[in-house]
Amino acid sequence: MNPLDFLLEPLSYDFMVRALATSVTAAIVCAVLSCWLVLVGWSLMGDAVSHAVLPGVVLAYVVGAPFAVGAVIFGFLAVALIGIVRNTSRIKEDAAIGIVFTTLFALGIVLISITPSQTDLNHIIFGNLLGVSWADLAQVLILGAITLTILLVKRRDFTLYAFDATHAHAIGLNPKVLGAALLGLLALTAVVALQAVGVVLVVALLIIPGATAYLLTDRFSRMLVIAPAMSALAAVTGLYLSYYLDTASGGMIVLVEGCIFALVYLFSPTQGVIGKRLGARKRQRMLAAQ
Amino acid sequence: MSGERAGAARDGGGAASSVPLGSAPAMIVPAIDVRNVTVHYGDVLALDNVSLSLAPGRIYGLIGMNGSGKSTLFKTITGMLRPDRGTVALAGQQPALARKAGAVGYVPQSEDVDWAFPLSVRDVVMMGRYGHMGISRRPKAADKAAVAAALARVELTDLADRQIGQLSGGQKKRAFVARGIAQGATILLLDEPFAGVDKRSEGTITTLLRELAAEGATVLVSTHDLNALPKLADEAILLMRTVLLQSTPAEVLKPENLARAFGLDVTAGDAA
Repeated sequence: MNPLDFLLEPLSYDFMVRALATSVTAAIVCAVLSCWLVLVGWSLMGDAVSHAVLPGVVLAYVVGAPFAVGAVIFGFLAVALIGIVRNTSRIKEDAAIGIVFTTLFALGIVLISITPSQTDLNHIIFGNLLGVSWADLAQVLILGAITLTILLVKRRDFTLYAFDATHAHAIGLNPKVLGAALLGLLALTAVVALQAVGVVLVVALLIIPGATAYLLTDRFSRMLVIAPAMSALAAVTGLYLSYYLDTASGGMIVLVEGCIFALVYLFSPTQGVIGKRLGARKRQRMLAAQ
Repeated sequence: MSGERAGAARDGGGAASSVPLGSAPAMIVPAIDVRNVTVHYGDVLALDNVSLSLAPGRIYGLIGMNGSGKSTLFKTITGMLRPDRGTVALAGQQPALARKAGAVGYVPQSEDVDWAFPLSVRDVVMMGRYGHMGISRRPKAADKAAVAAALARVELTDLADRQIGQLSGGQKKRAFVARGIAQGATILLLDEPFAGVDKRSEGTITTLLRELAAEGATVLVSTHDLNALPKLADEAILLMRTVLLQSTPAEVLKPENLARAFGLDVTAGDAA
């Protein structure tokens, strides 16, 4: 098979076109958000919120409301509950996060089991990239565009919040509002990515791209380019691999993300475990040659 | 900044009588006017009826033990904490208005900063301009010029494109002072700026702060370095949940005064 056919053949199926558009959109939106999550130290929070939206999405389905509304409500509910448990008991934050998000996730699973039309909702958990409808794709594109626009327009404020919240206070900004906005966007992003990889694997898209970019550059502005580019590449590669190897598409995308991270972890010129040493040796040789 | 001063002059007057040492003319409005401020963390009393009046153009050294309320006082001034009782006025204005106008510059303690954060020195200084920018904080020519001037002022122009963590201890502090300069801050708060900074850099920073004060800025520095206090500060404030003493550094550094804040067996120099 010539390479062009290799790339074009899957696209002759409508469902593959929709899958590609959905996964690339989700990958890009998640990747941009992940740049802040890894720097604020909210990776675990990303995990929690992306799981905790499940009952919200199911209830939204039951009452016929947009998924995003239920997701945002339960996203904030999770964060509030985590804060309450942490602040009013001797339980530490990681345990509070673990308790709250698993309980809410379990509530979602129970709700799915008692809601008619089960097949549809089970896809939320593991994703159903190949079964995305045009309506699903439209929702992903609209939510993705909204989330991405807010993130990019307010990117400097979010970075200030992540770097120095006290300075934000001192110049009259409200870091609490910025933090809440970031959490709201996290819940929206989780909805975007549900279709692509499902609740369980969303967190991979929310952490790996930002972490990978962080190992490659010392400039936040460049992270915002590297992370989505890397994640979009992983989404396309993963989807094609799943097509030809006949494997789970969501799982394949996340596997590719993980492999790219592993390569960067090893070979990043400035931060890589091996790359750093190679760079140092090269510099020594150049110095010796002089 | 001149606009704020004009606004400040309007409702000034009465408060100025509390300016200590009589060194400032009576009509000058205090840059920081803290009155009867009390702050609790839960059941813990962090600040107890604190009143302070700091004049423009002077450097104040804030000293006290860990837990004496220095950080709490800073947080009250930067607006992170709302006092349970009492009032704060900055540059003669409501604190929220003064902050929005960019009057308050803040230099954080080293341990409060993530030095691996992927920002350049110039990026950090540019954050001082955010209050003057539009909704997306896109820098205009004036912002870039202000940042370049501030970097030149603290002699970091050549290092402007380095990642912030790749500076020495003293350079890091100067980068944050530059942020306050670019911001146009008239009140500069420095939290332990000399911790982990060598003596030479400490001298450079002290000179810089003295210049800024000479230009009218009010500088409040919390420090453990009591020996450097006379060179640095015009006045010292001894804090132990409340203001024990506000006077000249020489007076505050008298052993009997230090003993009130640090306990009896402590001598000047290693009170930290």
